[in-house]
Amino acid sequence: MDQLGPGSEIDGFRLGEIIHTGSMASIYRLTGRDGPLPLIIKIPRLGAGERAVNVIAFEVCRMVLGALPQGPHHPTLVAFGDVETTPYLVMEHVDGVRLNDWVPRAPIAPEEIARLGAALALALHELHRQDVVHHDLKPTNVLYRASGEAVLIDFGLAHHSHYPDLLAEELRFPVGNWVYMAPEQVLGVRCDPRSDLFALGGILYELTTGHLPFGKPGTVAELRRRLYRDPVPPRAIAEATPEWLQEIILHCLEIDARDRYASAAEVAFDLANPAQVAITERGARNRRAGWGMLLRRWVQARRFEPAPCPPPSIQMGPAPIVLVAIGAAPPDEVLFEALRDAARRLIAADDRCRIACVTAVPPVAALSGERDEDTPTGRHIKHLVNLRRWAKPLELPEERLTYHVLAAEKPAAALIDYAKMNDVDQILIGASRSGAPARLFPGVSAQVVAEAPCSVTVVRPRPES
Amino acid sequence: MKLALFADIHSNLEAITACIAHAQALGADRYAFLGDLVGYGADPVAVLDLIEQHAEKGAVVVLGNHDAAALGRPDDTLKSNARTAIAWTQAQLGAKQRAFLEGLPLIVRDDNLVFVHASAAAPEQWIYVTSLREAEESIKAGNAGYIFCGHVHEQKLFYMGADGRPMPFRPVPGTPIPTGKHRQWLAIVGSAGQPRDRSNKACYVLADFERGRLTFFRVAYDHDSAAQKIRSAGLPERLARRLERGA
Repeated sequence: MDQLGPGSEIDGFRLGEIIHTGSMASIYRLTGRDGPLPLIIKIPRLGAGERAVNVIAFEVCRMVLGALPQGPHHPTLVAFGDVETTPYLVMEHVDGVRLNDWVPRAPIAPEEIARLGAALALALHELHRQDVVHHDLKPTNVLYRASGEAVLIDFGLAHHSHYPDLLAEELRFPVGNWVYMAPEQVLGVRCDPRSDLFALGGILYELTTGHLPFGKPGTVAELRRRLYRDPVPPRAIAEATPEWLQEIILHCLEIDARDRYASAAEVAFDLANPAQVAITERGARNRRAGWGMLLRRWVQARRFEPAPCPPPSIQMGPAPIVLVAIGAAPPDEVLFEALRDAARRLIAADDRCRIACVTAVPPVAALSGERDEDTPTGRHIKHLVNLRRWAKPLELPEERLTYHVLAAEKPAAALIDYAKMNDVDQILIGASRSGAPARLFPGVSAQVVAEAPCSVTVVRPRPES
Repeated sequence: MKLALFADIHSNLEAITACIAHAQALGADRYAFLGDLVGYGADPVAVLDLIEQHAEKGAVVVLGNHDAAALGRPDDTLKSNARTAIAWTQAQLGAKQRAFLEGLPLIVRDDNLVFVHASAAAPEQWIYVTSLREAEESIKAGNAGYIFCGHVHEQKLFYMGADGRPMPFRPVPGTPIPTGKHRQWLAIVGSAGQPRDRSNKACYVLADFERGRLTFFRVAYDHDSAAQKIRSAGLPERLARRLERGA
C-alpha cells in the first residue's frame, strides 16, 4: 500500500491530492467520479512497523459510520474495502472550517465560544442519542459547515453500544488524545457519553484561556493527575471570562461523570442561553481546590470508582428539556393551573427534566407609549414576571427552570424555532379555548402540533361542572 | 450464503416454525440446528420430523444433552422437570425419530465454521460457556473463524482479541454486527424454544457470510399455543409458564 499516491486507483476510485497524513491514516480527495457529494478516501496505515490499533480504529470507524444514518453532524460513509484485503473508507468530504483554526486566536470572545460550543454540543447530542460516544473529541476533529452546524470527524475510537467494542482489548494503555481525555477514559471506561462532555469542557477551556486545562501529559502518571486535580479556573487566567462561561466549562470538567451535565443538550442549552445559567461556586471561584481537598481527592483517586455507564437511549433518554408555552396577558388562571399539573407529572416522571417557560409576544415599536410598561423593556420585564409567577408553585430548584420572552410576529413559528434550536424534547401548550374571553395562543397550538420537531401535549382544562 | 442457526428448540414447534419462516423471508438458504431439539416441550415428533427434512436437504444438525437423554444416555445434570419431560418424550418417540437422533454427531466442522451444542473443547461434557475462560477454551479448541453453539439459552457473542483473550458482547436484537474475517467469533445463538431472559420471543441468528455480518434476532411466536400443548400433555405447569413469561 506504500506506493499509493495521487493518480493511483483502488476499487475504481481514483486518488486525487493528498489532504492529510497522520499517524493512523492518509486521506486523499477522490477525482473522476461525479456524484451528489464531494468525496475523500481514507487509507489506514497498516503493515510492518505500524501500530495494531490502526487496524482496529479502521474497523471501528467503518462499523460506527456505517451504522449511522445520513445526518449533518458526521460525514456520510459511501463505500469501504475489507480490512483483510484493501482497507479504505470512502466518505463525504465535509467542506468546513476546522475548530483548530480558532485555537491560536484564543482567548476569543465569549459570544463566539458560546456559538461554536453550542453547535458542537448539539452535534454531540445527536451522536449520543444514537448510542455512540466519540471518545476522540479535539479541535482537529471538529468542522463547521457554512450553516454554522458542527460536524464530528474521525470515529476511529468511538463506541457504539449496539456493537462489540473492538477497542476494549487495547485498554492496557489509554488510547485517544490525552489532552482532552476524561478521567474515566483514563481508567478504561468506554461507554459513558459524558466522557465527550469532559473533552468539550477542555476545548471550551482552551478557547477561553488559551491554555490547556491539564497541560500535555507525557506519561500515564501525569495523565492520571486529572483524577484528583482540578484545572485553574478560567477567570484566574483570563479575567474577562464571564461567570456563566466558567460555570459551564467547569461543570463539563467535573472529575466524576455524575457531577457533569447529564447530556450534551443541556450544555448546548446553557451556551445558547447564558443569561439563564445558574451561577454556583464553580462559576465564581478564582483558585483551584485547596490542599486539604486535594489530599482527600488524591486518596479517593487511588480507588477511583468511575460512574456506572448511563443506560442506552433505548431505555431512557438523557435529561429532557420541556418547553411550556405560557400565554401572554391577560392571564388565564384555570389554564395556568392545568399547565402546571401537566408539568408536575413530567417532573415526577423524570427528576432530571428541565422546564423552559416561554412566552411569545408581538414586538412593539420603541416609544410606542408613554408609560414604562409600554416600552419594549418594560413589557419584557412584565412578561418575565408573569412567567416566574407561573413557575413558582412548581417549587423546582432554580437550575431546572429558565424563562424566555420571544418577541415575534408569529408566535407559533417562534416557539417551533426555539424548540429546534434548543433540542426541546416535549412542548406543553394550552389549547385554544373558543368562547373564553382570553384565548390563549389563538390557533397557535394547532400550528405547533403540526410543525414541532418533538412531542407536543395540548393541555385543556376540564370544563367546570 | 445466508445461514440461519437455531439452538435449544426443545420440542417447541410454534417457535421453530416462526423462526424458520422469519429466516426464509430474509433469504436464508442454509440451516443449522445446534442441539437440544427435544425436551421440555410438547411436540418432539413434529419437531424432529421437521428438522430431519431440513437435514435431508443439507442442514447441519448436532446432538444436545436433552437429545442424548431422550436416547436413554444417563445425564445427572438434568433437573426434575427436565427429567419428567425427557421420560414423557421417550414415550412419544418412534423408531424413526430415535434413529435420526442416534445418527447425530456431537460436533460438525465445515471449513471455517464449527457447530456444536455446548463447548467445542469437550462437546460430550456439555460445558456451559458462561465465562471468558470457557469461551476462550471453546474458541481455541474450535480453531475456526466462527464457532456456533447453544446450551446457554441467552444470546451472546464473543470475539477473540489480539492478545488471545475473548471479549464478551451482548447483541442488540436485529442489529447486524460486522464480523471481520481476521478475527475468531463464538456466537451463542440463544434458545428458540425456551427463552429465559424475561422475553418470550424466540432466539436465532442469521449469518450473512458474503457481507460478513451476524444478526441476532428475537421473533414473536404463538407461545400461548405451545404452552397450552404442554398443559394438555400433562407436563409440569412450570414448563408452560416459562414459555409465557420467558423466565
